[in-house]
Amino acid sequence: MLKIENLRAEIDGQEIVKGLDLEVGKGEIHAIMGPNGSGKSTLANVLMGHPRYEVTGGSITFQGEDVLEMEPDERAKLGMFLAFQYPSEVPGVSVANFLRTAVNSVRDEELSPMEMFRLIQDKMKVMQMDPKFAERYLNEGFSGGEKKRNEILQMLMLEPKLAIMDETDSGLDIDALQVVSKGVNELRGPEFSAVIITHYQRILRYIEPDHVHVMLDGRLVTSGGKELALDLEDKGYDWVRQEFGSAAQS
Amino acid sequence: MPEDRTIQELGLDEYKFGFHDPEEYFFKSPRKGIDPEIVAMISKHKKEPEWMLEYRLKALESFLSKPTPRWGGDLSELDFEEIYYYIRPMENQGRSWDDVPDDIKNTFERLGIPQAERESLAGVGAQYESEVVYHSLKEEWEKSGVVFMDMDSGLREHEDLVREHFGTIIPADDNKFSALNSAVWSGGSFVYVPPGVHIDIPLQAYFRINAENMGQFERTLIIADEGSYVHYIEGCTAPTYTTNSLHSAVVELIAKPNARIRYSTIQNWSHNTYNLVTKRAVAYENATVEWVDGNLGSKLTMKYPAVYLMGEGARGEILSVAYAGDGQHQDAGGKVVHAAPNTSSLITSKSISKGTGRSTYRGLLKVHEGAVNSKSRVECDALLLDENARTDTYPYIEIEEKKVNTEHEATVSKVGEDQLFYLMSRGLSEEEAMAMVVNGFIEPIAKELPLEYAIELNRLIQLEMEGSVG
Repeated sequence: MLKIENLRAEIDGQEIVKGLDLEVGKGEIHAIMGPNGSGKSTLANVLMGHPRYEVTGGSITFQGEDVLEMEPDERAKLGMFLAFQYPSEVPGVSVANFLRTAVNSVRDEELSPMEMFRLIQDKMKVMQMDPKFAERYLNEGFSGGEKKRNEILQMLMLEPKLAIMDETDSGLDIDALQVVSKGVNELRGPEFSAVIITHYQRILRYIEPDHVHVMLDGRLVTSGGKELALDLEDKGYDWVRQEFGSAAQS
Repeated sequence: MPEDRTIQELGLDEYKFGFHDPEEYFFKSPRKGIDPEIVAMISKHKKEPEWMLEYRLKALESFLSKPTPRWGGDLSELDFEEIYYYIRPMENQGRSWDDVPDDIKNTFERLGIPQAERESLAGVGAQYESEVVYHSLKEEWEKSGVVFMDMDSGLREHEDLVREHFGTIIPADDNKFSALNSAVWSGGSFVYVPPGVHIDIPLQAYFRINAENMGQFERTLIIADEGSYVHYIEGCTAPTYTTNSLHSAVVELIAKPNARIRYSTIQNWSHNTYNLVTKRAVAYENATVEWVDGNLGSKLTMKYPAVYLMGEGARGEILSVAYAGDGQHQDAGGKVVHAAPNTSSLITSKSISKGTGRSTYRGLLKVHEGAVNSKSRVECDALLLDENARTDTYPYIEIEEKKVNTEHEATVSKVGEDQLFYLMSRGLSEEEAMAMVVNGFIEPIAKELPLEYAIELNRLIQLEMEGSVG
């Protein structure tokens, strides 16, 4: 499904991702955990094609296609999705209008207005959102929790094959975290893969990962099953630094 | 997504209405330029009363004596000697669409005023060059005493009413361009709404320049008598020539006590048109005047719709949106004068600049002494689509009364890389993403327009933003 080989990426001439390998199979949920500054968010943005980051080496293929030369919208049309840590505000554009435009641009055939209306209603119900929310301007004046719910709402609407979730759990209270997790679990199945990027293992209590990786200084330094997340919780990132720090520096 | 490429690529502005018909006219001024002889000829041609000829000649003196303004936009390339001041496309005005010559009719069809759209209007006027070629008002409104006709017919058929109000809101010598208009005006609309009559669907006038080096000087006067309501919409286009055209209108609105006038403009001039327009309204007791002003196209637009709040409780609102693409300067804004107690006003200005485009907000808020408990809010927002685009704000505020409440807010934002990336990550192409940001930005204005005009405004801006494709 997703294959990253020896990926190197930089921003403003500073290398952030330093030779990263990752393979995500169909239907798998991977968690990438790591301390602040380890390059997690850069990885998320590079996967989706943010123009500010420059890929200096390695490859990213999705379903066998090289996506590095693709624009973000082309990647979206292939079935990739990024849930943003800090989604942008777009004043004057309602959530409903945005969802309509987005859904119709990734689909081969446009939905009728009625189908679209029902779809929005259904998915908002899953996310426990007030229908009035659809008329608000995209992310404008949203609380942190509302922004994250809105990201997951978009994910449910677009039904991606691969979702990359960039610290979706950060800043959420336990109720919001449960709703967000419910949204992700809604899509879980043999056709849906996800990369959950997080600082804490908290969200992994609700979304059980198949694989956990630890990121440090631009690469994945160790991998394991879901128990690795619990280990990390116990021992903290200092333990990772001691254990793998020298390897990462080399 | 190499960022520099993308926005530049969106750059080539396309002007869809740049086509023109062959010039075949019933009458065209014998030469370019302006002098008393040309003015007298226009007046004679129109068989006007003597007082109007005198009014015109006096205005001409005023025009010739006033220097070209040096503030605002660059007018150095505007040569008054290179303009035709009067062109009459056909002998008589059409009362039915079938009377309009085919080529002119085709032009209006191509501009998208198809039969179906006209159905949703109370009345339609279409001006081609100097004269209104077609005019209609639905019977029900005619019966209730509404007058909607071209200004020339207004002068003939309602001379007393015209004489009483013409030039009272904007005197001929108000500024160089109002003087010019007063000297050579032709066409435009004359609207009178009797007391208590609410025209619930809009009246529309469409202005089209076709000839090269043409000057269009329409003159509009709208009188809404006590407790009446009217929504008037104007649209404008011109073909693209290598030489400059001039559009210099004067629009006067009078809202008597408890009346409400809404005046909406969607102008889309070709990129070599100087658009120098004076628009002013007076609102008496508890009357409301709203200007909704969409400025697209033109080489330079200088236009600051004004509302003078003359009676207690009067309200004025000015909503303007301007789009300045490569090489264009939109110098627009609004002017509100509070001259009575308990008056209120709102100015909302939105400008979008792209490439070498420049947008300027120029506004005046004046509160006279004694206009107690007046409220005013001015909000101007500028959106820059790329690094070279420019915006300036000149908000003049003169307040002579202490018991007032005024607010002013100005923002400048850029379409950010993050914003575009966000939208593109959801499957929108870069152009679609850009259009979405822009449409969102003008939403507060668009939602004040009837739906079909809001769609038109969005569509026009999208066209201006599109590459040369199609």
